[in-house]
Order: sequence, then C-alpha cells, then structure tokens
Amino acid sequence: MKEIKLMKGNEALAEAAILAGCDAYFGYPITPQSEVLEYLAREMPKHNRIVLQAESEVASINMVYGAAGAGFRVMTSSSSPGISLMQEGISYIAGAELPCLIVNVNRAGPGLGTIQPGQGDYFQSVKGGGHGDYKMIVLAPSSVQEMADFVYLGFDLADKYRNPVLILSDGAIGQMMEKVQFNDYTIPSVDKSWATTGKPATRSRNYITSLHIQPEKMEQHNLKLNAKYAAIREQEVRLEEYNTEDAEYLFVAYGLSARICQKAMDIAREKGIKVGLLRPITLYPYPDQRLLQLASQVKLMLSVELNSGQMVEDVKLAVSGKVPVGFYGRLGGMLPTPEEIVEHLEKIMLKNHAN
Amino acid sequence: MQTEELLLPETALALKVPECRQEEYEMVYHRPRTLLDVNMHYCPGCAHSLVHKLIMEVVEEMGIQEKTVGVAPVGCSVFAYDYMDIDMQEAAHGRAAAVATAMKRLMPDKFVFTYQGDGDLAAIGIAETLHAINRGENILIVFMNNAVYGMTSGQMAPTTLAGMKTTTSPDGRDVGYYGAPIKVAELMANLPGAFYVTRQAVNSANAVRRTKKALQHAFSYQSLHKGTCLVEIIGNCPSNWKMTPVEAARFIDEEMVKTFPLGDIKVPKAEDLKNPEEVQ
Ligand SMILES: Cc1ncc(C[n+]2csc(CCOP(=O)(O)OP(=O)(O)O)c2C)c(N)n1
Ligand code: SF4
Repeated sequence: MKEIKLMKGNEALAEAAILAGCDAYFGYPITPQSEVLEYLAREMPKHNRIVLQAESEVASINMVYGAAGAGFRVMTSSSSPGISLMQEGISYIAGAELPCLIVNVNRAGPGLGTIQPGQGDYFQSVKGGGHGDYKMIVLAPSSVQEMADFVYLGFDLADKYRNPVLILSDGAIGQMMEKVQFNDYTIPSVDKSWATTGKPATRSRNYITSLHIQPEKMEQHNLKLNAKYAAIREQEVRLEEYNTEDAEYLFVAYGLSARICQKAMDIAREKGIKVGLLRPITLYPYPDQRLLQLASQVKLMLSVELNSGQMVEDVKLAVSGKVPVGFYGRLGGMLPTPEEIVEHLEKIMLKNHAN
Repeated sequence: MQTEELLLPETALALKVPECRQEEYEMVYHRPRTLLDVNMHYCPGCAHSLVHKLIMEVVEEMGIQEKTVGVAPVGCSVFAYDYMDIDMQEAAHGRAAAVATAMKRLMPDKFVFTYQGDGDLAAIGIAETLHAINRGENILIVFMNNAVYGMTSGQMAPTTLAGMKTTTSPDGRDVGYYGAPIKVAELMANLPGAFYVTRQAVNSANAVRRTKKALQHAFSYQSLHKGTCLVEIIGNCPSNWKMTPVEAARFIDEEMVKTFPLGDIKVPKAEDLKNPEEVQ
C-alpha cells in the first residue's frame, strides 16, 4: 500500500509533476495557485530539474515553448488572468505541435475578478482561447487525488499527441486539503527525434515553427491538426457517472460543481427524485456521445456551473434538442449549496411538466 | 567548353567566357557549409542576408554546428531557419529571449542564440529581452537594428531616428510625442547580467569584418557561462528607407551612427576570460 498523505491540491499537483519526470517548470505567481511555483522552487533543484520564476506569464509560456521544442517534459501553471496572457504562446505551441502541460487554477472574473473559485474559463479552455484554429486536451479534476493523477495522464497525452494539455482546476480544488496517494508511475521514453537539440551530421536540421505562409501549406497543416483532434475525440473521452442506471433526471457538472452536485443528487434521491450525475473528466474532447445516449433515457438535464452558462452550450449541442437542458450557476466565487441546486431542479421540473 | 558556347544566346557569345582552370587557383572563399544553398527572400542590399552569413561562418569556423541552436524572430528574418543549417525554433513576436532562456537552461552545453529585429526586441519583446539579460542568461542575442519595422512595411520602430519619416511617422518622428529612439545596447549594458555588449554595422567591408569579430567573441564567450552577449548590428532597410543600397550604406555612416555610435559598450574584464575549462 502506498502511503496516504494529506495535501493541498496545488501541492499534490506539484509533487506529481516531480514524480512524472517534469524536467522544467516556468511560472509566475498568482493566487490561488502560487503554491505550485513555491513547492517546485523548493523541490525541483533537489532533483536537478529546472525551475524558474519568469518575469510574466507571457515569458513563462514562451519558456515552455522553448523547452518543449528542445524535447523536454515541461509544465507551467497559472490562474485566469495569467492564462489569458499565455494564450498567445499556447496557440504557438499548438500550432508547432509541441507537448506540454498547462495548469489553470480557475478563479472568478472577468478582469482581475476575485481569487475565489470559478469556472468562467470554460470557453477559453475548450474553444481555443488563443488565436487561430486549435484544440487542447482539457482535463478537469474534482479532487486533490485527481490533481495528482491528471499530471501523469496529462504529460502522457501531451506526448502521445504532441499537443498542449490543460488541467482546468479551480481555486477550491487547488487550495483544499484532502488525502492523496501517489501511484506508481514509470516515466515513458518518448521518441522526440524532431526536437531542436543541435543538428548532428547524421540528420537534416530540425526546425520548429507554426508559420506556413503559403495558404495551401497552411491548409494542409490545419487539416493535419484536425485529423489529430478527430483521433483525440475518438479515443480520449473520459467521464464518470453516478446513479445513471435508473436516472430520470441528470446533473451535468465538472470539477468542483460536480462535487456539490453529488450531494445535491443524494438530497434529491431522498426526496424520491431519481437524479443521476454525469461528470465530464475531459472537457475537450467532450463526452457528447454518452450525453446523447442519456438524452433518450432522462426527462431533463441540468448543467451546474460556476459561471453564467458556458458548458451548458455543449450539453445542448450534444443532445440536439432531444431533451430539455436547464442551467444553474453561481458567480463571482460564490458556491451553490446542494439544496439550492435541488430547488432549482424542482422548479424546472415543474415548468417542464406544465408545458 | 565548345559545346557550351554553342548553347549560349547570341548576345552572350560576345562575352567570351574564359576557360575555367580551377586547379590553378587557391580557394580563398566559399559559402559556409552551415548556410543552406537556397535563394533568400530578402530585398536586394538588405543586411539580414549578410549577417546570416556571418553568423553561419562563425559557427562553421568554430566547428559548433552540432551544438548550436538558434531562435528566429517575427520580422523580415522570420524564415532564418530556412537558411541556417542548424536546429532552430521560431518564436512569437518578441519572445525569442524567453524561448532561448529555457533552451539554454536545459541544454547548458549548447550554443544558443536569438536573431531579432528592433521591433521584435525593443518594442514588443523588450521585457523578455531585459529580464533574460538581467538574469545573465548565457545566450547570444543578435540584434538587427534597421530603425524600422521591415516586414510590416516601414512603420516606426522604437529605434527610429528623431525626425525620421516612416509610414506611421509621416512627418518625421516627433520625439516629444513618441519618445526618443531607444539605445538598446547602452540600456542593456547597464544590467549586471550583460557580459559583452557591442554595436557594429555591416555597411562597409571594414564594418563587416568588425561585426564578424564581434560575433566570434560572442560565440566563444558562451563556453565561459558568464552572462549574456548582445551584438547590436546597424542594418539597413533600403526598401523602407526608400533608398538604394548604396544610399542606405551612406545613411548609416552619416546619420544612424549619430544616434547609435558604433563600438564596444561593455567588454569582459581580463580576469573574466581566464580558465574557461574550469567553469562548468
Ligand atoms: C503579436 C504580433 N504583433 C504584431 C505582429 C506584426 N509584425 C510582424 S513583423 C513586425 C515588425 C518587425 O520589425 P523588426 O523586428 O524591426 O524586424 P524587421 O522586419 O525590420 O527585420 C510586426 C509588428 C505580429 N506578427 N505579432
Ligand atoms: S523590408 Fe527591409 S529589412 Fe525586410 S528584407 Fe527588405 S530591406 Fe530587408
């Protein structure tokens, strides 16, 4: 049995990065994720790894780009306003097809907003965020254990697809303490013969770029990326279901909201309302196929989010009008209570019944 | 030779190509093997191609092709990786110094350099540049100062001379309104992490020789692991200066050097150059 530890989400993530063989971390402080940088600043040098506090998020993500291009396992983390600054670099990394891990411990906004948890960065994470036409694999942890587990998964997926992977967490998961176990993980050896490490006489030069000035070539590159994204949609959907076997109603929620929905589901079931919960683990690729299946089983879906309604659009898209989809959200770092969520469910149940 | 003459058009016949007797000549000059044998996209007379060649000559002469990694900018030289036969990474506009920072930290035994224009380095990327030099990143920054944004066709740069006309300063740069031209080399030389800072030009044979010397120094200092080398090179942009290459060369001597005087600004102390082997 592996030792069970009590740790903050951010620290569990940082420790997992070391165990996952992260060669370098570049970051800039921002609440509620500064512990990642602090932890790694303390621990990485002990493992002869590189850790550097950059002058900005713009610099951090470009350091990530340089390190990834040179073939190293590399990570950065930030929170909402910082991630906005990184979007330029993320677009370049996606365009140049480099693997890296990016962590967003989402706070509530817009603007400087507040340091409390939020899920307002859903669109930014799954619909692009930066310029152009690209996708990241987006993993949404809902526990401290998953903060650690998704680091291994994230690095592996990044290498497999040569694509940036985003862990979309939030201020509560980052800050809360829970028990965590660091599972065995073998750092895989990955072929990175494309990396810019200095050109030996035995091969032609490697260059890394996202520039394809001729439209024909750019289109070919876009099509190649699209084929990759299609493979990701095919193979990498991850989700968790609770009580869906007999569910007549379905909560759809990720991360912290899913945690709250679990409690709401129990309360509703005590009242005799058969509610299930679908928790997307990958926000991209989105579990739309499973939602479509459930659309022929349940009477109503309710998307619960810490924003003013972002993922709900993907739920609606997935079920294409086959079932009514409601939304409940709290904003500004306020969290809904489970009771509040059940109350809202009952309200829209009534409304749909009346129709 | 006979058959070839037959194939020449009539006008060319009069030129009488002398027979090539290569074995009687000593080869004194050749294209560096580190520079790819392809046509460059630069305008005629542009400094970029010349400086590419100088950098690649130094890399060839030092025998460090296998250990050199370059970072290309956004600007006219965005395609530098199409000409230099080394591993290279293309950076976002202005971010080359951050990209190079990570590369060098992770590959300390490699020779890492950035190649950047004045818009790239001194406008959008001045923070990345200044902080990389302040940290004393052990890289070489080759800074091409042609006082305009070349690629986007001649807008004002932070280095545009006072009174100089550009497409966005059509009446001449008003220093009271836009600020004075930034003297990058002097500014950066003040930072403790700067090891060697010099400003050179490539508008005459002598200037070219001095620039090459500067690049040789800068590359060789990298094995000392003692800080950043910045080689600012006054380039020309005949297209956007609306000058012939000859006029542009003269403009550098007569006008550019008044604002951007040539020469070394910060040189390593003698004791800093001792025992390179001892330094890890
Ligand atoms: C973020 C961003 N902003 C603006 C541009 C447009 N842009 C491309 S090159 C350039 C200026 C380059 O000028 P300089 O660095 O002086 O190089 P030169 O072309 O003169 O060699 C600009 C503004 C861009 N590509 N990216
Ligand atoms: S526009 Fe200017 S800097 Fe660009 S290639 Fe032409 S001459 Fe050179």
